[in-house]
Amino acid sequence: MSAIILFLAVLAVIAGWWLSQQRLTAKPWLEEGPAGDFPGGDAITWPAAKIGLGVFLAVASALFVLFISAYSMRMSVADWRPLPVPRLLWVNTGVLVLSSVALQWSYVAARRHDTEGVMIGLLVGGASAVIFLAGQLLAWQRLGAAGYFVASNPANSFFYLLTAVHGLHLTGGLVALGRTSAKMWRGAEIADMRLSVELCAIYWHFLLLVWLVLLGLLTGWTDDFVDICRQLLS
Amino acid sequence: MVDVPYEGIPGIPPAEVPDVELYHPRSWWTRYVFSQDAKVIAIQYSLTATAIGLVALVLSWLMRLQLGFPGTFSFIDANQYLQFITMHGMIMVIYLLTALFLGGFGNYLIPLMVGARDMVFPYVNMLSYWIYLLAVLVLASTFFVPGGPTGAGWTLYPPQAILSGTPGQDWGILLMLASLILFIIGFTMGGLNYVVTVLQARTRGMTLMRLPLTVWGIFTATVMALLAFPALFVASVMLLFDRLLGTSFFMPALLEMGALSKHGGGSPLLFQHLFWFFGHPEVYIVALPAFGIVSDLISTHARKNIFGYRMMVWAIVAIGALSFIVWAHHMYVSGMFPQFGYFFATTTLIIAIPTAIKVYNWVLTLWRGDIHLTVPMLFALGFIVTFVNGGLTGLFLGNVVVDVPLSDTMFVVAHFHMVMGVAPIMVVLGAIYHWYPKVTGRMLNEAMGKFHFWVTFLGAYLIFFPMHYLGLLGVPRRYFELLDTTFIPSSAHSLNAFISVVALIVGFSQMVFLFNLVWSLFKGEASGGNPWRATTLEWQTPETPPAHGNWGKELPVVYRWAYDYSVPGAAEDFIPQNQPPRATQLVQGAAS
Repeated sequence: MSAIILFLAVLAVIAGWWLSQQRLTAKPWLEEGPAGDFPGGDAITWPAAKIGLGVFLAVASALFVLFISAYSMRMSVADWRPLPVPRLLWVNTGVLVLSSVALQWSYVAARRHDTEGVMIGLLVGGASAVIFLAGQLLAWQRLGAAGYFVASNPANSFFYLLTAVHGLHLTGGLVALGRTSAKMWRGAEIADMRLSVELCAIYWHFLLLVWLVLLGLLTGWTDDFVDICRQLLS
Repeated sequence: MVDVPYEGIPGIPPAEVPDVELYHPRSWWTRYVFSQDAKVIAIQYSLTATAIGLVALVLSWLMRLQLGFPGTFSFIDANQYLQFITMHGMIMVIYLLTALFLGGFGNYLIPLMVGARDMVFPYVNMLSYWIYLLAVLVLASTFFVPGGPTGAGWTLYPPQAILSGTPGQDWGILLMLASLILFIIGFTMGGLNYVVTVLQARTRGMTLMRLPLTVWGIFTATVMALLAFPALFVASVMLLFDRLLGTSFFMPALLEMGALSKHGGGSPLLFQHLFWFFGHPEVYIVALPAFGIVSDLISTHARKNIFGYRMMVWAIVAIGALSFIVWAHHMYVSGMFPQFGYFFATTTLIIAIPTAIKVYNWVLTLWRGDIHLTVPMLFALGFIVTFVNGGLTGLFLGNVVVDVPLSDTMFVVAHFHMVMGVAPIMVVLGAIYHWYPKVTGRMLNEAMGKFHFWVTFLGAYLIFFPMHYLGLLGVPRRYFELLDTTFIPSSAHSLNAFISVVALIVGFSQMVFLFNLVWSLFKGEASGGNPWRATTLEWQTPETPPAHGNWGKELPVVYRWAYDYSVPGAAEDFIPQNQPPRATQLVQGAAS
């Protein structure tokens, strides 16, 4: 459970930093009058959707970190047999990076009021995300064909579970991306769409980051790193 | 009621928000059923939670009938008893208390108290309720599937939760896990709303330190729930995999019905870590809103500002943070590495400090206050006493050496019900008596309310105080019947019968409350907009019950904190948060 505790500690630092800007040491009973008379403490001026996405990313991160915690605890039991990660995953990773880059490009285009660029970015991003998902399914199929079933070893179970959860999050993102693209298609004002495109891009970067962490975990690249951490802790 | 002409201060234009931001319902269906108004959603949440809570109440009667009069009732067998325990616990903790405090009170009070027109994502908020309803229906459906609901205990510990021999092994456990997963998805949707509304949609002048403690409690609890429920989600999904796909996340190799099961190598302890990583914060997810609400009830009905507001806020935040590093105190007897226990005992006892600060502050708020023994105040006082009692036995159980012998006895049941059952329910009931006038425009009947309070309060003590003693005698929990266990004296059996009789009486007395809710809706005394002469914004709405959009044309502007009661020199003994300083001075001038 040290991974989730570490994650929560990071969140606590961020929350603590934010709270420290909110004048929690104020004496509200002495501060009568309009808020402008006293510095700090106003509502956040970011759009609600952006804060909402931020909070959701924190929740989704907690979910993934908890899966990782369970992974590292279950890994230490003797019956764990790491499975050979299919090469295909590297191709998929490349496609996901492309997807993320395309959405970033779309966002930059939205800032330049370049409607065509936004559309191209959204379509390339969406299409490559779909290709990524298809690639993941293909990887499952190949593993199954090679005899690595979900129940045959806990390492396999975690592989299927983690890729499935990540894929479902990406599918949810595709719904939002689809709505954004549909609105663009129907000719919405680009100024109105900038926020949606930005949020899609943020979410895609987040899922790319999660995928890279998961990939490191599943291929065993992070084992050395985890060992070092473990030695430092004990 | 003070009706100061509200004109604002020169130079501060009233906060006007264009109407277009708000979704307007067009038909009866979107107004009352698929409504996106947080107030309607709050009522939907509350009614659904109450309905499933009544099922759990009936289950507790059935358990008490069996415990009090073993062998008398042929319609209760050992399997059913386990199913009753499981469903009672799960419903009460998650589907009733969590849903009621966050989905019910959170939805109703947050937008009104922070001066917003609605939650920031009304559509997502509506989805949150309907997914919650679906989760409740899936849960309730387990009573009707072959094999009935799961009897794994509300903690659903593997391996026994999914093995044959445990009742509900076919459908019960599957639907239970599915229902939990749905609940968590639905809650996350609602939780995002509560958090972002508090962060982003506060009206002008509503700084964090001017928030009523109710909002602080619900806000912090929601943040905790958003981070803790994923642990239950992970545990549920992995248990579902073990049950459906035959994986071995949690399932060790074992003999099932004489044959070696297909599982092997899994770690039941891993499930317990995940479960309690959710389970302990869950205690405070229920307790923090209760802390917040009770602070407001006490301050309002004692006509006195809350003592140590800053300390109260810090304590809420500190409890929220600490509650994430105490989970393993539920696992002293689980077989985990024993020395962990001492770390978790220390953190557990440290939580007593911010909690005790809160209790002292409530008592000091009452000190020399102008205490009105209204029904909400009675319930608030009942909460303080009960919470202190339950908290003290928590100190017993937080220590490893005391917990080990007591862990499997009725002492734990008594502690748990005092601190997490009776105490939050006291707040829920007090809060309903307090805010019912705002929701309906009518007061609840006071005579029925007082009867309800005294029967519930005294009854709860008659039920759970003797249970501590039973636990110290060594009467085990979770047992269907005790038969002739030598170390249990016959007096324990008569005590059990006594507890059962009181439990039935207290349960039936809740019908008076339900009757009161319905009767007062039609026959109750009209309350006016602010019957308790309270300061917080929800009592200052232009209409009661508040209309869609809450505030009419202009959003309120906040000029002061939430606890200006009995301010020296003021004409009235309360000053609403949206009353400008100049207007106060005018009233003061007129008074002097």
